[in-house]
Amino acid sequence: MRTLALWLALLLPSVAIAEAEQIVLGLSHDEVAITATFTGTDILIFGAVKRDTPIPQGSPLQVLITVSGPLTPVTVRHKEQRYGIWINTSSVAVDAAPSFYAVATTGPLRDVLSETEDLRRSISIPRAIRSIGAAVENSADYTDALIRIRAGEGQYRVLEGAVDLEQQTLFRTQVALPANLIEGNYATRIFLTRDGRVVDSFATEIAVQKVGLERWLFKLSRDFPLLYGLLSLAIAIVAGWSASAAFQGTRR
Amino acid sequence: MQIYLPIAEVSVNAFLILGLGGLVGVLSGMFGVGGGFLITPLLFLAGIPPAVAVATSANQIVASSFSALLAHLRRKTVDIPMGGVLLIGGLAGSWMGVYLFNYLKSQGQVDLLVKLCYVFFLGIVGGLMLIESLRALWRQRKSGKPAPRTKHNWVHNLPFKMKFRVSGLYISVIPPIMVGLLVGILAAIMGVGGGFIMVPAMIYLLGMPTKVVIGTSLFQIIFVTGFTTLLHAVTSNTVDILLAVLLILGGVTGAQIGTRIGARMKAEQLRILLALLVLAVCLQLAVGLLLRPSELFSVDAGGAG
Repeated sequence: MRTLALWLALLLPSVAIAEAEQIVLGLSHDEVAITATFTGTDILIFGAVKRDTPIPQGSPLQVLITVSGPLTPVTVRHKEQRYGIWINTSSVAVDAAPSFYAVATTGPLRDVLSETEDLRRSISIPRAIRSIGAAVENSADYTDALIRIRAGEGQYRVLEGAVDLEQQTLFRTQVALPANLIEGNYATRIFLTRDGRVVDSFATEIAVQKVGLERWLFKLSRDFPLLYGLLSLAIAIVAGWSASAAFQGTRR
Repeated sequence: MQIYLPIAEVSVNAFLILGLGGLVGVLSGMFGVGGGFLITPLLFLAGIPPAVAVATSANQIVASSFSALLAHLRRKTVDIPMGGVLLIGGLAGSWMGVYLFNYLKSQGQVDLLVKLCYVFFLGIVGGLMLIESLRALWRQRKSGKPAPRTKHNWVHNLPFKMKFRVSGLYISVIPPIMVGLLVGILAAIMGVGGGFIMVPAMIYLLGMPTKVVIGTSLFQIIFVTGFTTLLHAVTSNTVDILLAVLLILGGVTGAQIGTRIGARMKAEQLRILLALLVLAVCLQLAVGLLLRPSELFSVDAGGAG
């Protein structure tokens, strides 16, 4: 995969010249192909800070990188004991939660990003969900549970200190995309901060798509469901018959 | 070897799935149960989304049942007229069951109902079967001869009598249709073929010989699960062919082995084993409902439902 790395260095247009420090970004690949033997992939996100003036004095530059999967609606249910058995008693519907979310930073999240900036730009995991999710009474417990469960499954990750920053200019990090990826555009954002304040940001997308047999089967199941169903039945019958015939042959 | 499933959208170990299919296939061939009540929970454990697991296991049951049925046909242990009569009830029942299921889904708590159904029916069926077969085995050991099973009860006094040559029965078609109907409804709600209810019902209610029961049950399961697979594929797009192929490869092989094992065992032993298996699954589900879960919250992809 890495050998196919697509070096796309995108230069910001000169309109943004007002900013003192700007991001120049590269990705090891901006497309992920899901094949039948797909087991996850590492994406190398790297770049440089372009500036026309010397490095400002004071607190050092920090970098935050987020990768977010497609947003899907999610229902979080809560179990309680009733009549001696544990049953779902209440649920909260979250309109849109990312199927995958990773935040990589140069240091502890709270040190490199202020609360206000987090609130404004929805960078940390709780903010990324809450900002979009429906406002429900007592919903904090439910969103916390959603984060806890998805973090346990490796879908949500906080990678503090995973971004390497050299000379306050060159930065790089590696984000591992898990095997159970959902198709879609994975929004990738990079933030430069000083004193917890965002000085520049940059956004791009990584396209994740099924290819080959995977794509064909997926499309068939959606476009011609009856044909797809009959095909599955035909496979079942043929497989059942041939196994029977094969065993019959070995017995005689 | 990891393999990515296009519909389930997860990556799984191919050998694990092959093994699961094989294990359930052996049981399917031995006992004439489709194995849906085993494979669906096992797929949950392997990380397959529940909707895909239910729909795809129906597809796998078609294959393993068909493979096992062919073996039974060769040994002439299938009562096709009886299977046809059961099927008439079965298809009508599964149609009704799907409606009932959708109604309950709109009311919420369908998961709980499915689990309670499992615990209740598996418990009753397993318990009754275990008691009866232990008693039969004990009687047989005492007298040295299998106990005769020609009991005349109310079932034999109904109209529309029909001759079932393979089963050696001359009974009304009403009880088999009712059995098929009941099993069809339960099968649709519980997402299984219904063999574990069908087999005891045929033995104890209709008085069919055990050897014939298994092949006949397989015959009717194939049609009911085939129908279910199509319904799932068309209405919810949740059948994963790649997952099904893996399960089927393991399953059909297992089913052939299972039929061989089944043929070498005594009917009573077979029934005790099936009873123990059914009770074990029942117990596992009951414990899951009674114990405090380690995580009180659960996440469902998709909107409120």
